[in-house]
Amino acid sequence: MSMHRRQFLSVAAMGAGAMWVSSHMALASVDTDRRFVFIIQRGAADGLDIVRPYGDPGYQGLRGTIAGEASRSIKLDGMFALHPSLAELGKMYAVGEALFIHAVASPYRDRSHFDGQNVLETGGAQPYQVKDGWLNRLVSMMPHEKDEAIAIAPTVPMALRGPMPVTSYAPSSLPDAADDLMARVGMLYDRDPQLHPLWAEALQAKGLAAGASAKQDPAGLGRLAARFLARNDGPRIAMIETEGWDTHFAQAPRLAAQLKALDAMVAAIRDGMGPVWKKTTILVATEFGRTAAVNGTGGTDHGTASMAMLIGGAVTGGRVLTDWPGLAPSKLYQDRDLRPTMALDALIAGAAAEALGLDGDRLGKGLFGSAISGKPVSGLVRA
Amino acid sequence: MSVPPNSLSPAAIALNRFGLGARPDETPPADPKHWLIDQFGRFEVRPDDYAMLPDPGEVVESYRDQLTAFRREARQDGTKPDKDRLKAVRKEFGKRARMLYRAGVDARANSALATEAPLVERLVHFWSNHFCVSADNPQLTAFAAVFERDAIRPHVLGRFKDMLFAVERHPAMLVYLNQAISVGPDSPLAIRVEARNPKRKLGMNENLGRETMELHTLGVRSGYTQADVTEYSRALTGWSIGGFGPGQRGDRNPDHFDFRPQLHEPGSRTIMGKRYSEPGEKQAQAILNDFAYSSHTANHIAEKLARHFAGDTPPPALVARLSKAFQASGGDLPAVYRVLISSPEPWAPKPLKFKTPWEWTISLLRGTGRRDIGRMNVAGIMYQLGQPVWRPRAPAGWDDVAASWAAPDALLRRVAISPCLVAPVADALDARKIGPILIPDSLAPSTAEQIARAESPTSALALLTVSPDFLRR
Repeated sequence: MSMHRRQFLSVAAMGAGAMWVSSHMALASVDTDRRFVFIIQRGAADGLDIVRPYGDPGYQGLRGTIAGEASRSIKLDGMFALHPSLAELGKMYAVGEALFIHAVASPYRDRSHFDGQNVLETGGAQPYQVKDGWLNRLVSMMPHEKDEAIAIAPTVPMALRGPMPVTSYAPSSLPDAADDLMARVGMLYDRDPQLHPLWAEALQAKGLAAGASAKQDPAGLGRLAARFLARNDGPRIAMIETEGWDTHFAQAPRLAAQLKALDAMVAAIRDGMGPVWKKTTILVATEFGRTAAVNGTGGTDHGTASMAMLIGGAVTGGRVLTDWPGLAPSKLYQDRDLRPTMALDALIAGAAAEALGLDGDRLGKGLFGSAISGKPVSGLVRA
Repeated sequence: MSVPPNSLSPAAIALNRFGLGARPDETPPADPKHWLIDQFGRFEVRPDDYAMLPDPGEVVESYRDQLTAFRREARQDGTKPDKDRLKAVRKEFGKRARMLYRAGVDARANSALATEAPLVERLVHFWSNHFCVSADNPQLTAFAAVFERDAIRPHVLGRFKDMLFAVERHPAMLVYLNQAISVGPDSPLAIRVEARNPKRKLGMNENLGRETMELHTLGVRSGYTQADVTEYSRALTGWSIGGFGPGQRGDRNPDHFDFRPQLHEPGSRTIMGKRYSEPGEKQAQAILNDFAYSSHTANHIAEKLARHFAGDTPPPALVARLSKAFQASGGDLPAVYRVLISSPEPWAPKPLKFKTPWEWTISLLRGTGRRDIGRMNVAGIMYQLGQPVWRPRAPAGWDDVAASWAAPDALLRRVAISPCLVAPVADALDARKIGPILIPDSLAPSTAEQIARAESPTSALALLTVSPDFLRR
């Protein structure tokens, strides 16, 4: 079988870049002309190294070997500078299309990736308390015209799981099965309550994706997302998973590669959206941050607050939004982490509401229940 | 739309839910429970393919020696190391690591196809996933297979504690979770280094400490705190491998566990209220031993086993029974498996689990009569199906719930790959005949009907393997 050689090559592509090969995308359609994309950074991305508080007197001392040369960072304002790998995001910031939010955290305060991601994706106050994802609930709050939802990824990430139908699609180099087999599989699944809807969604996504490239690099995934989102009859909400942010050692080279990939992905979405970029909002967020101080192995361990990003044509960007807690020893959370001063759920609720033209309070309660930490943040995206 | 009322026979459950899938010439076991228990005596710990896998240390060491030699040469010449030569060395290392990985995946698949103890092989896969490493770089790619061979397989029918110790001391784990380079901040080495150069500070990395407690033993939310994680990580300092990390002396073989006293954080440690004053290597051993016998660990393992055999939402009564057996036997795994087999919950006559890509592929190959993989590229197949072997990319391992595997695109991939996998044997196997053998007394009439109408033998076999009956266990 000729595909085996290609499979082997895919398997062979290990290393930093390969962390991105598995990036999955999931899409859902709703009745609006606005678009909303959630890029999750799995593994606890280090907010202090992505949006660097170079103006804080404690920063250099805590970061030591991994602080990076100030001259190479992209200066954002008198306090913060962007990691130099984020060149495209730096340009978007300069034209007011990127907003960075700092010292932000979900309600989760322990340091397990898997519990932390569960809280971030379900929108619950506790891990495994809520069974479906906030992005799926967001779909249910849209005035959708029919139960039409599309997914793009081999599988559906937690944030998109739930009662609303969501499909998945990912680039594949597998040959298509014969039409007769496809038709018979459809009949075989017809009476199966689990497989029938999955199969229907799969065929729909396959149709929309016809002709798309099978490239799985970050820019390729960004282009694929844009290909779905830019269509009039396509989905309005997408999710992309990125992995490899758990930088316990050798953070400097590893984070640089991760960020370069993120930068390329976001730029590819922007470029692929064309005029619809004006109506697009991308949220980038992670489950928690990392220790304020560098650890003994040139990396950082699990922490608490991190940063988040909002990017898009209507984002009120060109600024860093934060109630900066400071990095002095007395200001750190539990003597080790950046202290959270903004609630991620309130930020997500505000961003999603403004991005999609929905009522913030109603949406906040719908996504995060009564446990939402305060009022949704406003003034993030222009109507 | 109604749920197909497929009721599974005990033989079908033994073969497919407990085992790795029936073979086309399989006689359904007359006494399914006995058939399962009997496998404990038939398990091959080190089948030939595994035995022939070379230890990766030599490959890793020769790569490191070459890099060191280059740098030394360049230093002596006062130049920078030649980029192209470095690149070539790295490329060669990657290639050799992948060859080890591929041979390892082949060994794993071959023993799953050839085994007469499919339940025990399934348990190897279960434990390998519980204690996973992820082949995310060439080093781990080289080590992944021998980790399963040397840390998991010998203990799958032994004591939990022995498997735990073999895992935490294995080079693959010590590298994967960064323990091999972790240094106590007040250790003799850290103090010496800082005295020479105050700017250079060696220190800890708490990755293995945390994941041992959260994932391998006690389980998340079982009551330990960040302070306990940090204390255990301090106790672990010094646990390293040959030729890796700071303070190397003597044994440079990366296949070997190497305790380095000069990296160890001095002093006693307090974890969950208990004080540990053991010296050196023994300190973390004492703590790990307590983790192994903790009731939290018993509950954690019981829940995962119950989920694997009795459904995504594990029945609480079964979890309690397994945990009790674990504690009463001191973590004797066969004692726990016996309670599992004699419990009613895993014998529920409806399908309880949606097969993972690995389970599905192995059951398909067994179901089409294969006893070995031949020239197939199993590593590539698993990559395409979304579950690359030994590469879950996170220390929690692969999910064991349907929601993570039953998805539109994932289903499409199984349908696309199935004809390729069954085509080579399609002329020799009649799907209409083997359907009722693979799923004895339980194949849904609607599945039998679609198979009978298929346009070709390949199509019929492919339909059988992507049928609702075959996708679940």
